[in-house]
Parts: sequence; structure tokens; C-alpha cells
Amino acid sequence: MTTRHAITAGFVPLLDSALLVVAREMGFAEEQAIDLTLLRERSWASIRDRLAVRHVDVAHILGPMPIACNLGLNVPAPDMIVPMALGLGGNAVTVSPALWQMMADNGATAGLDARANGGALRKAIELRSGAPLRFGVVHPYSGHNYELRYWLAASGIDPDRDIEIVVLPPPDMGDALAEGVIDGYCAGEPWNTFGVLRRGGHLATVKAAIWRSSPEKVLGVNARWGEANPEAMAALLVALHQASLWCARPENHEALAALLAKPAYVGRDAELLLPALNGTLPVGGGEMRAVRDFFVPNAKAATFPWKSHALWFYTQMVRWRQIEHTADRQRIAAETYRPDIYRAALKQLGIAMPSASAKVEGALTVETPVGSSGALTLGPDGFFDGGRFDPDDVDAYIASQSSG
Amino acid sequence: MKPSGLNVLVIDENRIRAAIIEEGLRDAGFDQLTVIDNMHGLARRIADLNPDVIVIDLENPNRDMLESMFQLSRAVKRPIAMFVDKSDEASIEAAVEAGVSAYIVDGLKQERVRPILKMAISRFNAFSRLSRELEETRGELESRKVIDRAKGLLMRSRGLSEDEAYALLRRTAMNQNRKIVEIAQSLITAASLLDPGGKQ
Repeated sequence: MTTRHAITAGFVPLLDSALLVVAREMGFAEEQAIDLTLLRERSWASIRDRLAVRHVDVAHILGPMPIACNLGLNVPAPDMIVPMALGLGGNAVTVSPALWQMMADNGATAGLDARANGGALRKAIELRSGAPLRFGVVHPYSGHNYELRYWLAASGIDPDRDIEIVVLPPPDMGDALAEGVIDGYCAGEPWNTFGVLRRGGHLATVKAAIWRSSPEKVLGVNARWGEANPEAMAALLVALHQASLWCARPENHEALAALLAKPAYVGRDAELLLPALNGTLPVGGGEMRAVRDFFVPNAKAATFPWKSHALWFYTQMVRWRQIEHTADRQRIAAETYRPDIYRAALKQLGIAMPSASAKVEGALTVETPVGSSGALTLGPDGFFDGGRFDPDDVDAYIASQSSG
Repeated sequence: MKPSGLNVLVIDENRIRAAIIEEGLRDAGFDQLTVIDNMHGLARRIADLNPDVIVIDLENPNRDMLESMFQLSRAVKRPIAMFVDKSDEASIEAAVEAGVSAYIVDGLKQERVRPILKMAISRFNAFSRLSRELEETRGELESRKVIDRAKGLLMRSRGLSEDEAYALLRRTAMNQNRKIVEIAQSLITAASLLDPGGKQ
């Protein structure tokens, strides 16, 4: 007889909570004999606190946050492990109509191209006077903060001097934009689609254009719970893998949007959730654009917890002076992500998995078959500026970014 | 000894709860106290107030913004934020259980901060107890109304006295192992189905 597992998972009402929601609602958790309870939270701080005091065992969490916990940057700081990612991509940068007009006057197009539109933003900043532009992100230790800063810096904009970056709750960003409190924001879905369709915003670029196939939310596990309940954790990874396959099928997108629209989950209209799932987004002014790999729940090893992703997040913490680099801290960051647990849990399924635990990020310009336990293609995974991150040479990467 | 000298900020979207916390802290001698229940322009107001301790409800979505303020202030070598103390798991747990979170400027001695957090926790708990009791009272009132209507139906349709009608409801409930209010509700539903035009 199978042992039943009771697991409580925290989540924040966002599109990429989909894997956890689908695991529960479509029976994938039940198939693994898991009683999966989902707890909805309104802030990442609250997710972290509930992980720390064991109100939740695991959570949908910002990729850099478990690393920040293990580095002692967050308090209370539960020891965390990341045995799985919850998809790739999913974010975008939305700007106000006024800023979009200035960018368009300086060469920005609706094509969402990170290089062209970043250059247009730089010119707009050079030409305007008065208080610096203000952009919103969701948390200091977030993919949003780092990809926005990466895009700005590579476009010749100093994210600390030329603009001001503030933290806001995602559901408030559209209103803050409409009221002129901020000029732009980098957030997950449905908050860009909401900003464009309901608050007159315009997409400037997307995460997939800044860094294709890049990491975003992960499954954060309280390490003490994970160590005490390895079978439950493995069963959950299998359920989430099945959920990721379900989420990836285009024929399920409408049902998924309807499911996430329920008040217990994201609680917003399905029409705001569907564009990101279909990869065709409203960009503003009634125009739509197809974005390759906007949000990837399953393909390209989208749920594999790459150590190179953890290390890239770490280099950005160093770059933006959230922490000083030491070899010890680098090791803690890399060890937070646990591809070994992922492999062990999913081996029984006979699916294609990467044989390496880290890769050179930004090296693949086209879809590439890779050495793995099955047929697997990765990429393209390029940074828009052609940058590369070699996880075996973290020091050099940090040095190259601090000299700029 | 006067506990204060500390600049305490309470942030709570729930005005009633904010008032309950404020009263508790003032009674305990914390008179440098500000309460914010409207989140508009929160960052600016916190910067202006420059509090030593911030007490905020755990569910407040602006907590991520608060954390960024403290993270930024660390970058410029100003005091940093702490959740009581990293090692004080019991306090953290009690705070999270109660639904309160506290941000405390680094360098403050724990014994200066603990009474604030203890007071906040006890006031948060008192508030949830109050809400629960209110909810229960509301439920009881609702039940009483339903039972009164069912009694009226029985009195009219079967010519029973009020006591007899109640006794019948209670006996039926006991026999069926259900609550009196459930039997009363069934009776009202049945009556409205049988006589949709009648007043019930």
C-alpha cells in the first residue's frame, strides 16, 4: 500500500503558480498519493516567513530568494533547497503611455526588441529633465530586479543613478503607472497584460527578449522538511512534472486560464491570463505580438534546477551590491539548487534530463540537442547583448560586470 | 521606567485592529507612536518618519517594499532591519502565528524591542478573538431568526403553542441527530416549496 503524503504549499497569485495549482486541481498530486494544500499569500516576505515557521513545507518562490535565505540576507532565514524550477520566462517590462511616446520618438518599436528599445529608453532619459524615471519591481531578490537592471545596464543606463527602482506589490503596479507614481515596471503575469489592457500601459520588452529561456520561479523547500520527508518531496516533483506537461499543451491553455482565474488562485479574468499562455501578448495601442518562449512550463528542461541559474542570480546580488563576493558564499549559492534531487525523483519516469548540472548561459543561439539521459533540446538561451555566463569562471564574470 | 524613546510605526490596513494595537502600545507607555492604515505613498511616509520599529500585519502586500527599503539602507551603511533576532525562533513563530511582523532597526537591544512585539502579538490575538466572537454571535442571531420563523410556521399550520412548536423542532432534531437550526431551515424550505405564493 502506498503511504499518503500531506504537503502544504504556499503560492503568490501569479500565472507561474500554475504548476502547483494544476498538480492539485487536475489530480496529479492525488495520483502520487499527495494531499496537497495550497496557501495563498500576498507577499514574498510572507511566503518566506511561513516557510521559516513551517506553516508551509514548500512554496512557489522567486528564484533568487532561497539563495538569499541561505546567504542570511533574509530574516527569518529558513535553510532552503531548490529541487525544481517552475518554468522559464514569463515576465515583461511595461511603461506608461508618456514614456512609450518618448521611446517611440527615439526609435522604439512594438517589436519588443530589447536592444532597440533599451537604446530608445537611454535616449529618452538623456533628453528629458527633472526627477529620474521611476520603475517598479516586485522584490529586491527577484529575477525581475536583476533582468531589468541587466537590460538597463547593457543599454547604457545606470539603474541606480539614471533611474530609480522601487518595490511595489504587482497588483498595484498598473494603478501606480496610471497615476504617474511610476513610469514603468517589470513584473510577472497577469500584471503586464493587465497594465496594457486595463491601464493604458505599453510593453517595452519581455524577459524572453532580455535573456531567452531564463530562470524565474522555483519550488522552494524548507530544507529541514525536505530532509525529513524525501519520499514526499520526490512524489511532489513527479506530480509537478506531470502538471508541467499538462500546462505546456496548447489545447489545455483555455482550461488553465479559467482555472487560474478562480478567486482561490490568481483571481483575475481568464482573458488576462490567456495571452501569456498562448505567447501572443497585447503590447499596447491594440497591437498583439507573438513572443517565442514567453513562458515555458515544460520544454527545454524548464523545470531543471540549473546550478548555473543559481550562480547567475548570485553574481547579480554581488553586482548590485546586495552582498560581497567570497568563494564560500558562491558555494552556498550553488548548493542551494539541487539537480541531484530532481534527477533521483524523476529517473523512474524515463524522461530526458540534462546530464550536466550547470551550463554556460547564453551560449546557445539556436535550439541544440544536448548530452542527456534521453532526447533533449535546449536553447536558444541568449542574452540580448550577446553576453555569456560561464559558471566555472564566476570571478571573471563578476569582474567584467563591476568594471562597467 | 519609561519604556519609550523609541519611535514606533504601526502599519495595518484594518483600522479597527490598528486602533486596538495603538491603544495597547500607548497604555504600555510607547507614546512616540504613528499608525498608518492607508497605504498610499507609504514609502515616502516611512522615510519621513524614520521609525525604530515597524509593526505590520503579515498579510500586508507592501511587506516586500518594506524589505527593499531596509535592504537599500544597508547599502548606504544605515541601520538595517531585523525580524527580532535571527536566533529567536520562538518570537518569530509567535509573531507569524498571530499574523504580525516586526521590522526593527539594527543596534536596538532585544530587551527594548521585545515588549513592543509582545504587546503587538497579544493585541493581534485579542483582535482575532474578537472577530471570531463577533462571527459566532452573528451566526447565533441568524440561527435564532430561522428557528423563530420555523416555530411560526408550525404554530400557524398545526395550531401549536410556541413552546410546543419548539419542543417538536427539538425532538425531531434529536431523533435525526441534527441541529435544531438545520431542521428549522428544512421546514422553511419545504414550506416555501409547498406554498410558493404564501408568506412564510
